[in-house]
Amino acid sequence: MLTTSHLDPATASLREVVRAGDYYLGLVKQGQVLRIVDLEGNQAADTLFYSAQDPSERYSATDTLRAQGNVYLTAGSLLKTNTNRDMLKIVADTCGRHDTLGGACASESNSVRYALEKRCMHACRDSWMLAVQEREEFGLTKADITHNINFFMNVPITPEGGLSFADGISGAGKYVELAALMDVLVLISNCPQLNNPCNGYNPTPIEVLVWDGP
Amino acid sequence: MFNPVTPQHYQTQLPGGSHWSLLVRRGLSLRLTDVAGGANLGVLMYNPYQLSEKYNAPDTLKCQHSFKLTQGHCLYSDMGRIFCSIVEDTFGWHDTVCGNSHAELVAAQWGARDYQTHRNHWHQNGTDAFLVELAKYNLSRRDLAANLNLFSEVAPDEAGNLQLRRQAQAGDSLTLRFEMDTLVVLHTCPHPLNTAAEYPRQPVQLELFPAPPLDEADLCLNHCPENQRGFANNALYHFGLR
Repeated sequence: MLTTSHLDPATASLREVVRAGDYYLGLVKQGQVLRIVDLEGNQAADTLFYSAQDPSERYSATDTLRAQGNVYLTAGSLLKTNTNRDMLKIVADTCGRHDTLGGACASESNSVRYALEKRCMHACRDSWMLAVQEREEFGLTKADITHNINFFMNVPITPEGGLSFADGISGAGKYVELAALMDVLVLISNCPQLNNPCNGYNPTPIEVLVWDGP
Repeated sequence: MFNPVTPQHYQTQLPGGSHWSLLVRRGLSLRLTDVAGGANLGVLMYNPYQLSEKYNAPDTLKCQHSFKLTQGHCLYSDMGRIFCSIVEDTFGWHDTVCGNSHAELVAAQWGARDYQTHRNHWHQNGTDAFLVELAKYNLSRRDLAANLNLFSEVAPDEAGNLQLRRQAQAGDSLTLRFEMDTLVVLHTCPHPLNTAAEYPRQPVQLELFPAPPLDEADLCLNHCPENQRGFANNALYHFGLR
């Protein structure tokens, strides 16, 4: 569902451009609003959320899908935790549909999907592994690096059971906005994938903005 | 009959609403049968020697370009390896995106889990069933992942709306052939989209027996080029472990 936001980037308390192949890890407090902008279009933002109070409570794709009864995320979607609590709500979306089934790219899955000798290409999971190592204060480990949201990524599912990574439906300047219903850590890998259309074969920057409330 | 001296075949049954875990060695097959119809078998898998390696539903789906899982598909770990292959399946569509129910959801639907009153007919839920088994290996909720719900077909419509469209009938079965040693964690708790009036309590039969060796014409190996590379990763893994 296409829904625009009235929030003015000039009044945001945080604005940070995240280049392709880098990660973003930050705190969004309850009541704050997070926006992720696809600056140049067709860019996948692989995103995980954790309860800031106890990161073992985290975004759960399965609980979110079960609770909303639909495979796609868009405005109105309520993101649930692994204990079935409300975590964030998507309050604006100018893209229209986001994936939470395709997971993140990893060097190991790249070896299966493309070629064994592509195992050393940069991948989202390696960005997250770097985040885990560099930001020890959050206490995250590999076990916390799990089933994510792919904002701006188009993974159509068919009634016959097909699943594919299709050309993006996003475009330059499209964004998704989420209201935090608890204090959350947001961990984004701005996807470096070069082997499929999820980034239009050309990974580009995204921008992260946070407002102190609507 | 299971002979502990020369074990070649083991058969057992998990009652509905239960959980169990077992280590299945590479080269064994596990045939799972819905005994009475309407069963749901929650499944998670881990590498017993490196428990951080676990079943990865997104990697499994995207590398085989499928939302459903059935004969010919392989079940992948997050490390690009194949835990097991689905070598036979009479049902045709197994779910791996809906996860598990929770205590409060089961309580709202069918009444609270209450051992004092119901004894082993209590209303166990999939999440707690997995957590109990995982704790036996020092694993916690951080180690949970999107699981399989075997014998439950969850299909989307054109708009992506999900429904539990079909459940297995009595006698439906699938056979998993294990391609590496695997810790298998199971529950027979209700599928989270099950709307039955009564708490569904359907058993699943398990049979373990030696699998024939992999041959070059194997259905799962040749299902897609991705599976050939997955089997290559397994071969590489075992190359150093013989």
